[in-house]
Amino acid sequence: MTIADVRRILEAEIICGSDNMDTEVHNACGSDMMSDVLAFVKDQSVLLTGLVNAQVVRTAEMMDMVCIVFVRGKDPGEDIVNLARERDIVLMKTPLRMFTACGLLYDSGLRGGNEA
Amino acid sequence: MNLQLHYEVPGDDFTRAGEASSAVKKKMKQLGFQPDVVRRMAIAMYEGEINMVIHAGGGEADIEILPDRVTAVLTDHGPGIPDVEQAMQEGWSTAPDNVRTLGFGAGMGLPNIKKYTDEMKIETEIGRGTVMTMTVLVK
Repeated sequence: MTIADVRRILEAEIICGSDNMDTEVHNACGSDMMSDVLAFVKDQSVLLTGLVNAQVVRTAEMMDMVCIVFVRGKDPGEDIVNLARERDIVLMKTPLRMFTACGLLYDSGLRGGNEA
Repeated sequence: MNLQLHYEVPGDDFTRAGEASSAVKKKMKQLGFQPDVVRRMAIAMYEGEINMVIHAGGGEADIEILPDRVTAVLTDHGPGIPDVEQAMQEGWSTAPDNVRTLGFGAGMGLPNIKKYTDEMKIETEIGRGTVMTMTVLVK
């Protein structure tokens, strides 16, 4: 699916990166612990998280992830948005909770990266 | 090609942790290293940088980029690591709770560095600090 599909499925609002909606994504990871993201993610391109700080963007950057979804409608501050913009990472927020957001994406074909 | 880079890692600003790793990643990309090599070095160095900020009040990062290997030496003047073997175990962490609310402190930092690098060396002295050397080979 594309990042545009992720947005549609999660009824999410784009915060930045609307030029990259056509980017293909196959795998995702949902976590509030960036340590775990750095430990277990392999070729995943979407990060769903309830954590809102600059290190979320940095973690995604190190992992070559292209899209971050903030769950439960959390709003990143301007510094976080700027950091993502500089790195061409799409930010969006969904009112859904983590479990539901991950479930909907999985149901639509997105995978965890290790088992697929 | 033999490129030496030096970065200060400020210890008082968590939002800036990762700036050095980000710069190294960008540089390696520009130099045309394979994405896998770039990513492994970036993740390992980033974990090291976060560690320096959490545990040691910051430090310095010295990077040597050669065609066949990239080495990062992270030097801090923090409290040192009392038991390196224990610190290397997955899940072992001495990070304070406020660090966990920032998304770190799961006890995965050092194991991750070991996992992603080809060589890793920790020299540490209680009360003096730690020097961590990590190398990723280009295969």
